[in-house]
Amino acid sequence: MADVNSTLPLLAVGASLGVVPLLLSARSPDVREGWTLAAGLAKLALVLSMLPSVLGGENLFFQVAEVFPGVPIAFRVDAMGILFALVSSSLWIVTSLYSIGYMRGLKEHGQTRYYCYFALALCSTLGVAFSANLLTLYLFYELLSFATYPLVTHHQDAEARGAGRRYLLYIVGGSIGLVLPAMLVCYGAANTLDFAPDGILKQAGFSGPELATLLLMFLFGFAKAAIMPLHGWLPAAMVAPTPVSALLHAVAVVKVGVFSILRVLTGIFGLELLGSSGLDSLVLALAAATMVAASLAALCQDGLKRMLAYSTVGQLSYIILGGALLSPEGLQGAMAHLATHALGKISLFFCAGALYVATGKQRISQMHGIGRRMPLTMGAFLAASLSIMGVPPLAGFLSKWYLALGCVATEQTVPLMVLLLSSLLNAAYLMPVVYKAFFLPIPEGEPTERLPELSSLCTWAPLVTALGCVLLFFFPGVLLDLTALAAREVWRV
Amino acid sequence: MTEHLPALIVVVPLLTSFLIFALGWLKKDLCFPVGLFGLAVAASSCMGLLLRVMRWGPVTYKLGGWEAPWGIVYVVDTLNGMVLAAVAFSALIQWIWSGPSVKRHFQDRLGALYGLQMLFVTGLLGMTVTGDAFNLYVLLEIASITAYALIAMGPERASLSSLNYVFMGTLGACFYLLGVGYLYIMTGTLNMADLARLITGLHGSRAIQVAFIITMVGLWLKMAFFPLHGWLPNAYTHAPYPISGLIAPLMTKVMVYVMIRIDLNVFGPVYSFEKMGLEKAVMWLAVLAVIMGSIMALAQKDLKRMLTYVILIEVGYMVGGFWLGNKSGMTGALLHLLNDVFMTLCAFLAVGNLLYRLPGCSFPELKGAFSKMPFTMGALVATALSIVGVPPTCGFFSKWYLLLGALEAEHYGFLAALIFSSLVGVVLFFRVFEWAFFSTQEHEEGEHHLSHTFQEAPVQMVVPVLLVAGGLVVLGVFSGEIVSGIVEPVIPLTFS
Repeated sequence: MADVNSTLPLLAVGASLGVVPLLLSARSPDVREGWTLAAGLAKLALVLSMLPSVLGGENLFFQVAEVFPGVPIAFRVDAMGILFALVSSSLWIVTSLYSIGYMRGLKEHGQTRYYCYFALALCSTLGVAFSANLLTLYLFYELLSFATYPLVTHHQDAEARGAGRRYLLYIVGGSIGLVLPAMLVCYGAANTLDFAPDGILKQAGFSGPELATLLLMFLFGFAKAAIMPLHGWLPAAMVAPTPVSALLHAVAVVKVGVFSILRVLTGIFGLELLGSSGLDSLVLALAAATMVAASLAALCQDGLKRMLAYSTVGQLSYIILGGALLSPEGLQGAMAHLATHALGKISLFFCAGALYVATGKQRISQMHGIGRRMPLTMGAFLAASLSIMGVPPLAGFLSKWYLALGCVATEQTVPLMVLLLSSLLNAAYLMPVVYKAFFLPIPEGEPTERLPELSSLCTWAPLVTALGCVLLFFFPGVLLDLTALAAREVWRV
Repeated sequence: MTEHLPALIVVVPLLTSFLIFALGWLKKDLCFPVGLFGLAVAASSCMGLLLRVMRWGPVTYKLGGWEAPWGIVYVVDTLNGMVLAAVAFSALIQWIWSGPSVKRHFQDRLGALYGLQMLFVTGLLGMTVTGDAFNLYVLLEIASITAYALIAMGPERASLSSLNYVFMGTLGACFYLLGVGYLYIMTGTLNMADLARLITGLHGSRAIQVAFIITMVGLWLKMAFFPLHGWLPNAYTHAPYPISGLIAPLMTKVMVYVMIRIDLNVFGPVYSFEKMGLEKAVMWLAVLAVIMGSIMALAQKDLKRMLTYVILIEVGYMVGGFWLGNKSGMTGALLHLLNDVFMTLCAFLAVGNLLYRLPGCSFPELKGAFSKMPFTMGALVATALSIVGVPPTCGFFSKWYLLLGALEAEHYGFLAALIFSSLVGVVLFFRVFEWAFFSTQEHEEGEHHLSHTFQEAPVQMVVPVLLVAGGLVVLGVFSGEIVSGIVEPVIPLTFS
């Protein structure tokens, strides 16, 4: 894979940052939202413009400044990075449309601030996706933590303050307390932090326990990946407005966490070293435990968004599991799951938000008969649930298929069993919502007329993303090309 | 002309300060522009000198044409070039920033305040530029006495805090003078280069040992290094806010510079680090400074007072990084010296803006500050991130070198203290931001209603703060160049 110098990565990362002054100076909400959408489209266009060269085997490279000897702040766009960037920048546009409907529908305060920090969060997400080394990744990871704090605490009340505290405690505590020292140790041993195809620690001569400690510091330090027991911030962060939960806590923030872990596994440790030191089973065990435990926790929730949050915790570990399977198919599955889960989960959050805006209902126990009043929204919910469960013909099936292939290829039965068990549990916590919505009668005393769904942007957004789940199953071309390319970069097949 | 730059740096502010005292009687309105001009000349001279030194190596300037051991020489290398530039530029920025607040609070004492400020800057610049150990003492006293006077101009308890500072500060300066006296008795010279040459032959001497210890203790007192920090929090908290942005960022940092200079260029790295065998003790003091500073900062309920404890933590960083005795640690200490000047400057200027508009800056008084003063609070957020050590702000990069140095020296106590204080930093600042951001505090009855309308400080105060806040990121991005161009040339070859 040849490196080609280009400023496109910088522009793509900066596109959303450039819009902040415009947002601040916009005089009317229409102009402000227009700028947000324009920035979203520009960002997506910039990412798409890099796609042909990445598919052609060229990695776009841009160095901002060399801050430490051998460690610059630099971007390198490879298959893994651009896949993540495509997912987050395209979903940002849908989320922006959804935000307009949601925030106006609820007459939220501080909307300018909201759109500014959203733009900043997307800037950092793309920065993480395009990082050429661990330092750059850390930089944008931290930026994302602080950019999302005002979004999580948007309501500025006591509950938001508590959630914000927990958010910072887990995420910043992890990154400063664990990732920073781990990164220093890596730099001290290897004098570089570049993501290399077979890692940088092979020659460092760490003993087994040292490597295991280092790996655990990274796994738990990147607390955005919500590996249990460091998942507590995610359900708490659900106090945020729903678009924030949808894009950030189903797509951007949590995926930044797992993406960082994938990068560390493949680019810093190297899959070979992971295999030879037996650390892959450590990661597998943690991921598998999180998958099952989070699904069980999701079963017990009554708050719809909290249930979805626990579901996210479990699904994130699918991706980590895929990375630790140490097979090309497993990594492909992990990368594909990053995209398909994003589509599915964002639809579910959109539906939850649309229900809340239209009816004010937030609890699963209040959902009786809601499907008759909002059939389109709940239809989208059903499609997205099936995708999360991994039922064909929906996108979620693709990634689970590859993950299962990865287990089979390496003859690991335990992860395969966990995968199947977790899928069953997914059905167990998602299907009751659909059942209650469509098959139980509307409680007496509540209005029964159908709500005008299509008059709000809030309902259009989940329809679009749910349709995306279907379309991605039938046209997975680019997705599979990119995942194959990502696997080839790591495995050099 | 350029060969006289070192003299210009001290002479221009000195003459300007006299001029300002006179103008204070004759024509008050001219004090501000005259001082501005003087500091602009000093700052551009410092910058010119730094660039010259970076390109052509150290400069020696004989004051009045007298030869070295008899006359006073000014010696500039990249180390003090950097400190000079940082001092002069932050003094310039602070001068511009302080205009409206000085006019509001010190209209009747304009000449005295501005004149003392300028004299204080003269002292700092002179201390930094001089290559003579006794001349350094004289300028140290100039800077200290003006600082006492400036702090005593504050309201209410300021004079008591200043008195306490006078006692402790004088003690520190006396210790330093005593140390220099020992050195003079032993060597018969006061010139630093000369001293360094003669001390190499006296490594076994008990008198030199005593001189070393007394000098260090004196300097630690002046820089408020734990446990000799007692005077600092009160003095800096009660200092009038228009000038705490000048004293707080600069005094301690210049004292750290003096410590580094004396250790490296008078006693020499071999003596300071190998012969004395003090580094273990000093390192643990630094660890204590960082940890105790963090804990005491946590106990504060007033933003300005909390920041004074942050200064104590930062002093611990720099002293610790320097005494790690390896290249990374020293790089970290020197880089942090530069970064911390601007971090502290930004913090105290932002606090000044808050105090310009709000009744005080204890936490409850900060309610609604984000909507009232968004730019000032934005700058404060940037400072907080830098103090915590979040890239790409400059604080991260110096902390990185400090951590790396601790790792290389296998001093895990210092490593843990650095990480601990970073985490405490998050708590410290986000507690402040919570007060300023969340509007849920129940409105008790009788409490005067706080308006949340836009009420930012004057442009003349906001723009400098935003500039410095932006500078924190610029310094961070260019830290690679700063390290290779400025810091590395002055690190002794004995460190690897």
